[in-house]
Amino acid sequence: MTTSTVQKMRPWAATPKDRFITGLSVFISAALSVLIVAATPMKGKLAYFGLFFLAWFIVDSIFVARRGGAKGVRDGLAAKVTLLGGIIVCMVVFSILWATISRGLKGLNLEFFTSNMRNASLFDPIGKGGILHAILGTLMLITIAVVISVPMGILTALYLTEIKGKAAPLIQFLVQAMSGVPSVVAGLFIYAAIILNTPLRSSAFLGGLALTILMVPTVTRTAQEVLNLVPRDLREAGLAMGATQWKTVALVVVPAARSGLITATILGVARIAGETAPLLFTVGVFDSYNFNPFKGDQGTIPTVVWRGLLGGTPESIQRAWSAILVLLIVVLIMFVAARTLGSRSSKN
Amino acid sequence: MSQVNYTNQNGKLMSDQPKNTTPSSLSDVASKRAESKVAGTQPLGTGLEARGVHAWFDKHHALEDVSLDFSAGTVTALIGPSGCGKSTFIRTLNRMHEFIPHTSMAGQVLLDGKDIYESGIDVTKIRLQIGMVFQKPNPFPSMTIGENVLSGLKLAQLKVDNQEDLLEECLTRAGLWTEVKDRLGAHAGGLSGGQQQRLCIARALAVKPKVLLMDEPCSALDPGSTLRIEETISQLSKSMTIVIVTHNMQQAARVSDYTAFFLSDGGPGQMIEVGPTNEIFSRPRDERTENYVTGRFG
Repeated sequence: MTTSTVQKMRPWAATPKDRFITGLSVFISAALSVLIVAATPMKGKLAYFGLFFLAWFIVDSIFVARRGGAKGVRDGLAAKVTLLGGIIVCMVVFSILWATISRGLKGLNLEFFTSNMRNASLFDPIGKGGILHAILGTLMLITIAVVISVPMGILTALYLTEIKGKAAPLIQFLVQAMSGVPSVVAGLFIYAAIILNTPLRSSAFLGGLALTILMVPTVTRTAQEVLNLVPRDLREAGLAMGATQWKTVALVVVPAARSGLITATILGVARIAGETAPLLFTVGVFDSYNFNPFKGDQGTIPTVVWRGLLGGTPESIQRAWSAILVLLIVVLIMFVAARTLGSRSSKN
Repeated sequence: MSQVNYTNQNGKLMSDQPKNTTPSSLSDVASKRAESKVAGTQPLGTGLEARGVHAWFDKHHALEDVSLDFSAGTVTALIGPSGCGKSTFIRTLNRMHEFIPHTSMAGQVLLDGKDIYESGIDVTKIRLQIGMVFQKPNPFPSMTIGENVLSGLKLAQLKVDNQEDLLEECLTRAGLWTEVKDRLGAHAGGLSGGQQQRLCIARALAVKPKVLLMDEPCSALDPGSTLRIEETISQLSKSMTIVIVTHNMQQAARVSDYTAFFLSDGGPGQMIEVGPTNEIFSRPRDERTENYVTGRFG
């Protein structure tokens, strides 16, 4: 066995000396940041964080300069700046998650998931009243928005990628412009166009329409990118067997892009799930169950959060945090469900 | 092979075996191929005929005045350096050329004597009769092996009484049946490149085309898979007309009855010469053909 006598090596890996220098520069930078914070009026975690990176940029560059010269310093600095960017993003995400989970968990109990706020006021202690009505309301709104905007968005994307008709540049421009519409404007539009001009009053359906305005551009643009990734070869293979364009798109292109189209739907839902502003004009707020999507105000998780924070009592603020956590959980469950459904049916 | 007619620049019937040829490996291969072919060849209808075909991409004139006859039951190889218009030409033969935006063409392509560019003709029916195999294997990723083979039935909305028989027949003709018969329900992505390409051939066969166009079908494959595909082509040529674009001259010599040489001198691509494969490789009439097949350029 010749293989057993040959020792595996990684000549390109960092040597103990390299690792020692890396550790040393981190240690020196940390020490420097502690010293500077102690010696100057600067205070707080942010000061430590900022000073540590500043010191690390300089200290490590000095070590690098001894071996790699100016080129090595530039290379190292670029790597450090991207690392810093990544760390900042992660910090933001994790602190949001941490704040939500640590504050929201306290208010979660069975009652919170199984009852409504009809007989509970903002000042009642946690344990009385729940937000089931808002969970159901939010699910109803998301369903309405998905049912309208997913077909609309995917059909638009198909027009833009497959048919490439004369109107395509105009539609492309409008879709891009639409994705910049502020959410409050979407709500105002439904309010001005429908509630002021027709006998229809605020309902889950109108809220769903407002959310559709926000969701369609997201679904369209994501679906468009996914459809563009389907190789041209596959379309030609379909057409070369005597298929019409419609058959080729329906049987070849869309199935090939299937998991991407599910992603487009998920991104669309993520875009709208937490929207509050458009709901205020179109859905209103409600403390109990309303199973009619076409009539009457509807409770939703974002409006529960909004009112809870405005309520100002410790109990109502606690409920708001717990509701945010519930919204995160609801959206997470929907994502996982969509992913597993999508991947399962494409494997069988 | 005397039933085989084709037009070339001389308008001369070129089906005789070459007699005084300098022995070269390519022409030897081609001669062997020609001998084996004569025995089994039967006339199979009138085949495909290109008359004065031009093609443009926007303003770029890519192909100039190509006239070629593909008699039924023959294999014709199109050879020539890159950019000489072979692929463009083959795509005009089943109206795939028009899928590229801003293209135009001129001339006629006759299938059984009828122009496929005639106005009012049903294009999907044309493509049903003139199948195509592409350079890169392109099985449909969302379908299983079996579904891929039968996908043409759904795509072209055809009805077949016994799908299982058709499935077995197409896979057998494509030389893939024994390898995949136990995993027809598996996804096509799990097959090797060569198997995928034979799957694509089986898929093209399922709609029973009269003519099969192959655009460099082996250029992405290893020699073993190439050999299998070439065997498949030999089998298929007993029952259908095949046009194959190839950069591999050994391949042209091994599989084809006729060879057409295309060349672009910076301008539009032209067909320089066509003839029985053994003649093109042993005593081409045009000096440029000789230079190309002997490897002096290209």
